[in-house]
Amino acid sequence: MDAELIAMQLFSGVALGAILVMVALGLSIIFGMLGVVNFAHGALFMVGAYAGLWIASLTGSFWWGLLLAPLLVGAFGMLIERVLIRPLYKRSIDDPLLLTFGLAYVLVEAVRILFGNEGMPFPTPPELAGVADLGIGYFPIYRLFVVGVVAVVLLLLWLGLEKTKFGLIVRAGARDPQIMRVLGVDVAKVWLLVFGLGVGLTALGGVLAAPMRSVDPEMGALVLAEAFVVTVIGGMGSLVGAVVAGLLIGIAISMTALFAPEMATIVMFALMALVLLVRPQGLFGKPGRA
Amino acid sequence: MTASVHSIAEVMTGPTGHRGWRARLTAWRVPLSILVLCLLPWVLPSQALAVNVLIYGLLAVGYNLLFGYTGMLSFGHAAFFGAGAYAAGLGIGQLGLPWYAAIPFGMLVGGALAFAVGLLSIRTRGIYFSMVTLALAQLVYYAALQSSSITGGENGLRGFTVARIELFGWSVDFLDPVKKYYVLMVFAAVALWLVSRVLASPFGAVIEAIRENETRARACGYDVERTKVMAFTLSGLVCALAGTLFALHLAIVPLDTLSIQTSGMIVMMTLLGGAGSFFGPFVGALAFLLMEDVVALWTPHWQIVVGTVFILFVLFLPKGIWGTLIAWRAGR
Repeated sequence: MDAELIAMQLFSGVALGAILVMVALGLSIIFGMLGVVNFAHGALFMVGAYAGLWIASLTGSFWWGLLLAPLLVGAFGMLIERVLIRPLYKRSIDDPLLLTFGLAYVLVEAVRILFGNEGMPFPTPPELAGVADLGIGYFPIYRLFVVGVVAVVLLLLWLGLEKTKFGLIVRAGARDPQIMRVLGVDVAKVWLLVFGLGVGLTALGGVLAAPMRSVDPEMGALVLAEAFVVTVIGGMGSLVGAVVAGLLIGIAISMTALFAPEMATIVMFALMALVLLVRPQGLFGKPGRA
Repeated sequence: MTASVHSIAEVMTGPTGHRGWRARLTAWRVPLSILVLCLLPWVLPSQALAVNVLIYGLLAVGYNLLFGYTGMLSFGHAAFFGAGAYAAGLGIGQLGLPWYAAIPFGMLVGGALAFAVGLLSIRTRGIYFSMVTLALAQLVYYAALQSSSITGGENGLRGFTVARIELFGWSVDFLDPVKKYYVLMVFAAVALWLVSRVLASPFGAVIEAIRENETRARACGYDVERTKVMAFTLSGLVCALAGTLFALHLAIVPLDTLSIQTSGMIVMMTLLGGAGSFFGPFVGALAFLLMEDVVALWTPHWQIVVGTVFILFVLFLPKGIWGTLIAWRAGR
């Protein structure tokens, strides 16, 4: 086993992890603020991929798909929050979870009706096809691009949360929405935007992931389970945890695929079980939260 | 889940006052269920539907022990249903067990798996619990997919058809759907009676106390963790029994029995019927399967209708069909 192969596999793990980070971050942001576990998150990832494919085929350009699909699906997410989830805030925490599960069912079937049961190829944009020589080996340019986009989004997200007034409101609202209401902040509007943001992030993950695989209506189910594993390992509601655990899982999956391919689908669940045994609140979670 | 409180009242109030009808209903719930199950093949449009209602109803009954009565929303119960089904199939096909031994064998395997998953997942609470159960069930799914030399992988498990069953000098043609139904029903009836006993026992009161207020139950001196694992295991055992009956019925175990879709279907059936009520799960299984049958007649995309109906129930009728009926009758 030579070093170059290992480096390549490591890198493709980082690219895979970057996608997981997008999905898990969206899940974590929504949970941290609204206390809602979005079971439609995987389905919205899939919807994002299809929206990207659809827009790309309409405009003839991958870039429009990459730009518009997350915005469009994010706006759809805001509609979901407003119409379906908002009536449930005063109820048990299980109710939004059940509702979004039903929603996932509907979304998958709606995509089947619109685009068919079969998977569709999502071609790599020609500008990003091919490989680049980084000195330690040849890497697919598209994967480098994915890692770059995710890094930029993370930076923007961090700046937005730490340096802007909206970010301040979001962080304070996650601590204590009641006080925010007393201070005259329209919490409902903030929650609407946060839900849209979280859904937009997973849709972006979907568009970015699509050229690395094909697109099919069932792709969301596995992603949902992966995002759950990442959130459990990273710590629910912890954004740093989502990033670290996402990359960790991505690398773990691709390294196992290299050394013991038959274990690749199982390794992340084993890691999760281990974390649950040793540190049930997750690597970056606070004990009370678990 | 907005849990219905009435079942505690069922246990606590005697057959006096205006709650008398409800106490009588509770006292007669097992004979009533068995009577309805006996009639099922004759009132439903097809015998295939009756067997499915029986098996999925029992599955939802097992799930309801955990979700409805203990208040723990598991999204991984397909694992125990599937484990029971696979173990029964392998028991007959590979180990050469007779059919009646395959049933306890399947329950043993499914119950042991439920015990392990329960131990791990109750380390987390609330919403976390749902995610962990879902992820662990996915682990079981992929493990079954990978070990295709034993489980048959994507093709499912085959080669264990039970054509005729012999017991105490009786010989029943197991390929006859009606006879098969009544044989399977005996097991479901026994399970229903046991579940009813468990719910009426002090243990049943404790799990409902945990659902209503975990902190207070703990303060009262109950070992909440142990009770939760017990409830989880019991629930898994009933689901595994449903799995073994499913395997005997179909003579094939599709990989789908372990899938997240199956887990979700169990949740949907239980909620549609009424979580936390004794008759709810069977009502839910019947409603779900009827809906599937009817909608599938005019569109292959019946899931979009079922999903929409489920969303509407969560929004407007969270107590489900049976729970709403009971609440409405009690409110008059």
